[in-house]
Amino acid sequence: MPHPPLHLAVALDGAGWHPAAWRVAAVEPGTLFSAGYWAGLVAEAERGLLDFVTIEDSLDLQSTRPDGPDGRTDQVRGRLDAVLLAARIAPLTSHIGLIPTTSTTHTEPFHVSTGIATLDHVSSGRAGWRPRVSARRSEAAHFGRRELPELRPDRLDEPGYVQLVGDLFAEAADAVEVVRRLWDSWQDDAVIRDVSTGRFVDRDRLHYADFRGRWFSVKGPSIVPRPPQGQPVVAALAHSSVPYAFAAGSADVVFVTPSDAAQAEAIVTEVRAAEETVGRTGAPLRILADLTVLLDEDDSTARRLRDRLTGLHGGEFDSDAASFTGTPGRLAEQLGQWRRVGLDGFRLRPAVLPHDLTAITRQLVPALRDRGLFRDAYPGGTLRDLLGLPRPANRYAAVASA
Amino acid sequence: MPKQIILAAHFPGVNNQTVWSDPESGSQIDFASFVHLARTAERGKFDFFFLAEGLRLREQHGQIYDLDVVGRPDSLTVLAALAAVTSRLGLAGTMNATFREPYELARQLATLDHLSAGRAGWNVVTSSDAFTGENFRRGGFLDHGLRYERAAEFVRVARRLWDSWPAGAVLGDQLTGRFVREPDPGAFAHHGEQFDIAGHFTVPRSPQGHPVVIQAGDSPQGREFAAAEADAIFSRHGTLEAGQAFYADVKSRLVRYGRSPDDLKIIPGVTFVLGDTDAEAQERARHIRRQQVSPQTAIRLLEQVWNRDLSGYDPDGPLPAEDPDVSDRSVIAGRTRMHADPVDTARKWRELAEAKGLGIRELVIEVTGRQSFIGSPERVAGELDHFVQSDAADGFILVPHLTPGGLDEFVDRVVPLLQERGVFRTEYTTTTLRGHLGLGPPRAGRVTPGHVDAAGAAAGAGRPAVPA
Repeated sequence: MPHPPLHLAVALDGAGWHPAAWRVAAVEPGTLFSAGYWAGLVAEAERGLLDFVTIEDSLDLQSTRPDGPDGRTDQVRGRLDAVLLAARIAPLTSHIGLIPTTSTTHTEPFHVSTGIATLDHVSSGRAGWRPRVSARRSEAAHFGRRELPELRPDRLDEPGYVQLVGDLFAEAADAVEVVRRLWDSWQDDAVIRDVSTGRFVDRDRLHYADFRGRWFSVKGPSIVPRPPQGQPVVAALAHSSVPYAFAAGSADVVFVTPSDAAQAEAIVTEVRAAEETVGRTGAPLRILADLTVLLDEDDSTARRLRDRLTGLHGGEFDSDAASFTGTPGRLAEQLGQWRRVGLDGFRLRPAVLPHDLTAITRQLVPALRDRGLFRDAYPGGTLRDLLGLPRPANRYAAVASA
Repeated sequence: MPKQIILAAHFPGVNNQTVWSDPESGSQIDFASFVHLARTAERGKFDFFFLAEGLRLREQHGQIYDLDVVGRPDSLTVLAALAAVTSRLGLAGTMNATFREPYELARQLATLDHLSAGRAGWNVVTSSDAFTGENFRRGGFLDHGLRYERAAEFVRVARRLWDSWPAGAVLGDQLTGRFVREPDPGAFAHHGEQFDIAGHFTVPRSPQGHPVVIQAGDSPQGREFAAAEADAIFSRHGTLEAGQAFYADVKSRLVRYGRSPDDLKIIPGVTFVLGDTDAEAQERARHIRRQQVSPQTAIRLLEQVWNRDLSGYDPDGPLPAEDPDVSDRSVIAGRTRMHADPVDTARKWRELAEAKGLGIRELVIEVTGRQSFIGSPERVAGELDHFVQSDAADGFILVPHLTPGGLDEFVDRVVPLLQERGVFRTEYTTTTLRGHLGLGPPRAGRVTPGHVDAAGAAAGAGRPAVPA
């Protein structure tokens, strides 16, 4: 099995994706901010041979409101920096990919580039990066460098807001371009240690990024030698045409949120069309569908847990992704059906941690394997290797040798 | 009981002190190199590991400087990874305050403190150079005179953010359904000259409360900043007398901020060479100096004084007869010009070269970067101890010349002698970096307006108070 037929990842966030997860989770809620909690989760994911984990992040406190804090005390509040969390876990794991989230709106592309490149060095080639835009006014106020209007769902269609969202994604695309150029700014063989000439590096193999854009200019080269993967994996979450185009132009992996198989098929078609429109070259996007999962031994137990969570939460859980409640066997069946429309795999969002993560690794994965849909061992290598993405040639080396 | 010595391990830097041409020299970027040095330091019961930062590759004559080690990891990311392979060692690094924002950096440092269970340290530096600024949104905007203004306000905002979640704010009571004690955790507002920000911090109070704050720099402004804000100074090493004068000056400034002399540790960066005998160590030191100053490096270092292209000169020949170019145009970028009066320096070097019959390379070896402590383990242990007991320092940041094994011999041979003298721990007795350094809990009162006003007025510095 050179390439597994199905890619499987889990998205880690707080005590799980259900807002009431922390009420029922079998972990001390205070440990959510400890290294041990996260290391345990990722070790479990690695035991299940998963492709990668993603780690959510935001430069703002969690909130049920679209913009600004909600003052609630009954949900998880507070989180750690995702890149550092991934780095903390890297030495404790050896096969699984680590994909932290960062904002492209308020961060320095140079720092993001060196941070992810370093994550790739400390993990021997297992780093990824999920860039996201920050549209909330409350987030912008933490930096005091730009004014954003209040994010209101009822105004999303207004021309001014459409323009703003377009700009935020255009800036994100610029950020990815800078980050990628910096990753390539060192050729793989730049360090020569040539005692006869006294030179440590061949400076002809170091390159200025020389990026000039609307929001920032970055000179380069990076301070970090080229990461082991050459280009760490870039992943984007996308719900509509603007982010589809962003993913098609900038990412290696896209997470989409279909509500059923038919919609999954329509989204795959739209994403492939977006690749065409932006003139994508190289490997096609790996398209993974997001699904929130609540799993248990039998359907009725799973439903009872869901009902309990609903009661604790005080209502149905509202999510951008579809929810699955039931047995791992039935989920395996559904994933098998969905993938036939052209999905490359799934990013599962465990409703309750570690409950649903262990159900994934210990029951879903064997069920998928029984259907010939999942690997039975890590093949060894980098995250790009796991995803079947070739190691890209260095854009500057190609020019230099031409 | 004699004063206890603080020891830190500096990962070898990107200058000619780091010897890359030696067969023992390993990778400057492989994580294994960092693991080796950090674990060696922890085996030696060191207080902390230290990683420097440079945000743009250095240049000379408009070209990337290629004779020294080039390339290093992002400090924060590699420190977070090192937290996984060490358990007691403090983890500190330089993070430039000019090209970062307080909300993000305070968040990263608080995260590092959580992930290391209380071992994070931050060396605050600022930069005003447009050269480095070309890598950042901000560009090279910072006026030189505002560097410490920004640094001081940055640190005060960071402390405010670290204090924004009170201890015990995370309740996590599954029965009552109360995750946080109060509805508005992390709320803050700061309206200052450099930063005008408000909102909510996302990281609950970290194990140390505030990571250890280090200040590097010997200028009067830097000393004052350290006295007001820092827990430690990463200073320059010199003679015993110069060290004592610096030590007395800095410690005397603390009282103006309501702090005691023990609240600020003075830790110069030092190099060392060991040998079975003093004579052998001296011989090794000479060998290392020749490795540090290759023929090509000798010419480049001379150019940094002469501020001219000297590539046509013979490294074994005499020094240039012409004087240095003292115009504003500089052949170097990304590092500080080290010589205040280059014409005078050139004159002295020429005289010395003539008197001793030295060529360019031998002269450069003679006048630059001699190692701080050279000798048998007994001699080096004795001299380090003498510096500390004589109040010229509270400890040292050791800078090995080899990656990654440059600290092995020190830990194996010098540390036991310091322990025998009763001036260095034989086991860790605390779990946090603050604890190792003998620092008390962070003073929560430091950022309250009344306190800062009082301190500012007493210092006559006229620094802006942090509004409530």
